[in-house]
Amino acid sequence: MAIRWGSYKVKGYYDELIRAAGKPRPAAAHVCDYLRTLTDREIDERRQAADVAMRVMGVTFTVYSEEGGSIDRAWPFDIIPRVIPGEEWQRVEAGLRQRVKALNLFIDDLYHEQKIVKDGVFPREILASSKNYRPQCEGVSPPRGVWAHICGSDLIRDKDGTIYVLEDNLRVPSGVSYMLENRLVMKRVFPELFEEHSIRPVDDYPSQLYDMLCSVAPRSVARPEVVVLTPGIYNSAYFEHAYLAQQMGAELVEGRDLVVESDDCVYMRTVEGLTRVDVIYRRIDDLFLDPEAFNPDSQLGVRGLMRAWKAGKVTLANAPGAGVADDKVVYAYVPKAIKYYLGEEPLLQNVPTYLCTDAKEREHVLANLDKLVVKPANESGGYGMLIGPHASAKEREEFARLIRKDPRNYIAQPLVTLSTTPTLVETHVEPRHVDLRPFILSGESTYVTTGGLTRVALRKGSTVVNSSQGGGSKDTWIVDEGSP
Amino acid sequence: MLSRVAENLYWAARYLERSENTARMINVNANLLLDLPRNVRPGWAPLVDISGNHELFRQQYTDSDERSVLKFMVGDTANPSSILTSLARTRENARTVRDYIPREAWEQINELHFFAKSNLTSVLGQKRRYEYLRGIILGVQQITGLLAGTMSQDEGYQFLRMGRNLERADMTARIIDVRSANLLPDSSPELTPFQNIQWMSVLKSLSGYQMYRRSVQTRIARPEVLRFLFKERLFPRAFYHCVAEVGSCMRSLPRHEAALAHVERLQNIVIESEPENMKQASLHEFIDVLELGLIDINAAISQTYFLAAEAAPPEQKAQQA
Repeated sequence: MAIRWGSYKVKGYYDELIRAAGKPRPAAAHVCDYLRTLTDREIDERRQAADVAMRVMGVTFTVYSEEGGSIDRAWPFDIIPRVIPGEEWQRVEAGLRQRVKALNLFIDDLYHEQKIVKDGVFPREILASSKNYRPQCEGVSPPRGVWAHICGSDLIRDKDGTIYVLEDNLRVPSGVSYMLENRLVMKRVFPELFEEHSIRPVDDYPSQLYDMLCSVAPRSVARPEVVVLTPGIYNSAYFEHAYLAQQMGAELVEGRDLVVESDDCVYMRTVEGLTRVDVIYRRIDDLFLDPEAFNPDSQLGVRGLMRAWKAGKVTLANAPGAGVADDKVVYAYVPKAIKYYLGEEPLLQNVPTYLCTDAKEREHVLANLDKLVVKPANESGGYGMLIGPHASAKEREEFARLIRKDPRNYIAQPLVTLSTTPTLVETHVEPRHVDLRPFILSGESTYVTTGGLTRVALRKGSTVVNSSQGGGSKDTWIVDEGSP
Repeated sequence: MLSRVAENLYWAARYLERSENTARMINVNANLLLDLPRNVRPGWAPLVDISGNHELFRQQYTDSDERSVLKFMVGDTANPSSILTSLARTRENARTVRDYIPREAWEQINELHFFAKSNLTSVLGQKRRYEYLRGIILGVQQITGLLAGTMSQDEGYQFLRMGRNLERADMTARIIDVRSANLLPDSSPELTPFQNIQWMSVLKSLSGYQMYRRSVQTRIARPEVLRFLFKERLFPRAFYHCVAEVGSCMRSLPRHEAALAHVERLQNIVIESEPENMKQASLHEFIDVLELGLIDINAAISQTYFLAAEAAPPEQKAQQA
């Protein structure tokens, strides 16, 4: 049936590639023309080539089950790229830089003087009830004032084309390895497209990450020892941990490889003996980092790690406690924080958010449950949500009860109709909803990935893009318009 | 190199070698039984004794018949040294250090484990048993060859070699111990004709028959075989050779003094020994001394280079973002 843009339906959505039936957007014109020339057989061959490339490169995520041990699964990949014009990306990038700068100032303030609270911009009750606020971090000043070294912000686009920030992931955001591998696969499968287009490269990320981590080392040495701390092979993101360590030339360590000595320095156990570690890119949650400071049952972390961090002997990226700003209630205050710390208007908008802690807003939410999306404040992965317009009356009643019981734990947002992008279904294309997760690195300077990871909801009509719930991914192209 | 990585490489090699040795032993035992007269056939129980797991075996099986022993030695995952357990542990150890071993070797380890697991039933019948065990032995040799031919001979490779050679030395000592004690304890006149066969089987289980003939060139007899298997410097499965290999690996590692002292001590014990003149009881005592020497070396390696910390339970690892 091949790819025919004339019969591609874009009504009611903003489509990333196609403006109206048969009319590609300017930045996507070339790729759309090209795809139109492929026969069914060619499409199928390219798709198979992509599957083979994924398997050969060992791109997997791990699903762990008690009975079956761990299983590596390939994450579905769609070969049709998502295209963003270079000029638009420039604006998004500026907005992300601004946002992350403000977020770091915000976190630093919350663990020091809390000026934003004293000045009445951010309510004390919300801070007091934040699950990710860590009193253990009060008074600590990490190098360069950076708490969120790696931020993954999820962007979505509404019907009218406006890009919103849906959430900021400031704890241990993942997915960047898929962004890198997707590009490698696309280059293998469609080399001719890369020859003919000006598609900005993404491959620089691992070196940027390494440079950033070195720039926040606690002592000045020519080559700081940087390590990636992983929970181990049973973790779903282990592939990414190993991949990034390998790409950076850093050791991939587990908690048991590290030890904090009486000088408060962190060392790794090597065959040469103990070697001092300067920077830990940790992929373990706060509460498992150090059994001495947090969860005493944790065997993933390192006893004394918080002590070493507070003493300024090691840098943890991201810093413990950085997650205070990715609470979905706190999220609602980020535009205010941007104005407060930077004196600037936010360049990127938040999705309008109703706080159930506010009596008036809560009543509005309860009265409009059939129109709104309700989310728990601290869940990730798309769990525990109510999508009002698609929910049954019974589900809405259950959420009304939950909200009344614990208003601090819920926010509500209007249903944003995620933009679509053409996605291969057998040998033709259909619109599927997407989001975008760029990654922002903060150290001596700030770096934003070129585009990011496009996640796509592969099920027809679905807007849930998470890998655990039927999502896949695509390569994301930042294309300079005008140039072919 | 991280201690944990070194430790995983070391144990991957030990378990890999163990699976090959077990396959060799079963093969040779099966052959031996066909050659000996019915009334003196030692049966299958000695295999369990060699592996050092007879108590575990007795808890689970009532008879030491062929079927039970083979089940236990090949496919029983409760047996820590069965072929299947050894290959699964090889795989788990190698999996966590995939970046350090050549991709082809890792794939081959995976495939061998899969082969061992999916053809288990064939080992219980006599017809396809040989093919199965040969598949294991050749599969391990292929992996060893891939590692030798494609892996940088860095520190990690030395840990692999140390693991392989310690395991080999251990198995050679075990095989001699059990075979010489259990099979034909006294050289009673009626069994003399079969002594040859007995010692030939010992050599064959170590793939040493051909090399023995080339090196010794006399008829096969207890004193020469014992000397060859303990003291021969050039045969890769001779006890002395294996220990010397461990020493040569160690010399290229940092901080090796303490561990190397244990290796040299054991080498000297073997050099000064005269196994050919030992009676059964003193041979057994001698082997105990050698086994203790191996345990000391293992402990010294682990104290110097590895770490004692326990791995976290898988549930905690899976929960993390």
